[in-house]
Amino acid sequence: MSDVTQRVIAIAVSCGLLGLILELVRRKHLQERYALLWLLTSIMLLLLAAWKGLLTRLSSLVGIHYPPSALFAVALGLELALLLHFSLAVSRLSDNNKVLTQHLALLEQQVRRQGEQLSALSPTDSEDVAPEHHSGGLAPTEASEAQR
Amino acid sequence: MAMEGSALARKLAIVPAYNEAEAIARTVVEIRERAPDFDVLVVDDGSTDATAEQAMAAGATLVRLPVNQGIGGAMQTGYLYACQNDYDVAVQLDGDGQHDPRYLDGLLKRLVATPGVDMVVGSRFLDDDRGAFRSSAARRAGIRIFARVLSLITGQRVTDPTSGMRMTNRRAIHLFADDYPHDYPEVEAILLMHVHRLRCCEVPVRMRPRTTGESAISSWRSAYYMLKVLLAIAIGLCRRAPESRYVELSTTAGPSSLTTISG
Repeated sequence: MSDVTQRVIAIAVSCGLLGLILELVRRKHLQERYALLWLLTSIMLLLLAAWKGLLTRLSSLVGIHYPPSALFAVALGLELALLLHFSLAVSRLSDNNKVLTQHLALLEQQVRRQGEQLSALSPTDSEDVAPEHHSGGLAPTEASEAQR
Repeated sequence: MAMEGSALARKLAIVPAYNEAEAIARTVVEIRERAPDFDVLVVDDGSTDATAEQAMAAGATLVRLPVNQGIGGAMQTGYLYACQNDYDVAVQLDGDGQHDPRYLDGLLKRLVATPGVDMVVGSRFLDDDRGAFRSSAARRAGIRIFARVLSLITGQRVTDPTSGMRMTNRRAIHLFADDYPHDYPEVEAILLMHVHRLRCCEVPVRMRPRTTGESAISSWRSAYYMLKVLLAIAIGLCRRAPESRYVELSTTAGPSSLTTISG
């Protein structure tokens, strides 16, 4: 395989990655804030693939004699940044998740208590209301299913 | 704040429970019988068995987490409930019946009588009675390490940092509602209080071996537990500066109101 085909393949792969990421953002499958690091990674790859002298210059600059090693170093650095970014996102999500779960549970308890207080206030009504309440809760879903 | 000691003080017993259907009813009934001043709140941490139904049937207030959050998240839910419903005192008790509610009176007396104390912990190691149940030797060794480390850091005598029987006043309730450690919270909670300049003390208690189920900390996870908590302690020390709101709380509604009760 000639040097040219190698570069063409490298450029094609990097372009594909960049295109995929942009498309995912466009379709809103990937949020912009998570896309930034991915974009940086793919642009970096594209630069290294397209600009012939960059990798050699970069590796000699930091004293790496074998240019592909410099490529791995760059790739590894970007991967680490991405992984750390994900860990941060997961931590934040699980924190949010905890707060939401707690508040949901407390709200549910309040609703239950208020329901009990209501039925205690009007014990005769509650027996009539309770079954109606059930069917009332089901009705909208049945209706929406019927519409489909 | 000044309500703590009086009969009118609102007192809450928080019982976190995860798949404790067999023991929870007995635990709730025992608290209601032996400490009738306390409202009983069971925080069901996403149990898959009948824990919630059993707790409600036994007369507890139930808060049911739809997704399992671990002991830290469940405990904090209890403190959030205490905050929202304006409780003066909260005590946490295990759902498996290890904690005898007869000690609540002693914990409360100590909390009210000691000015400046925000949390009272029931300690298994304060008295030197060898006959009492104190969990396995390996776990005791771990507890002793935590106790030594925490005593050094806080400058107070801590003998049982993993004890889950602890009673808190309003300031500590508010702190825990706002910020409570995640996985194995007992040890870290003591550090958290120290960081926020809240004080705790211990009273001797005896605990019973658990009747059903298994401890949340199985032996093979002890090493992970030790490492995780020691890391949390080390990092917790780097966050020494308390947030300003708790400092304000402590200066405005601090020891002065407590001394009026005890005096």
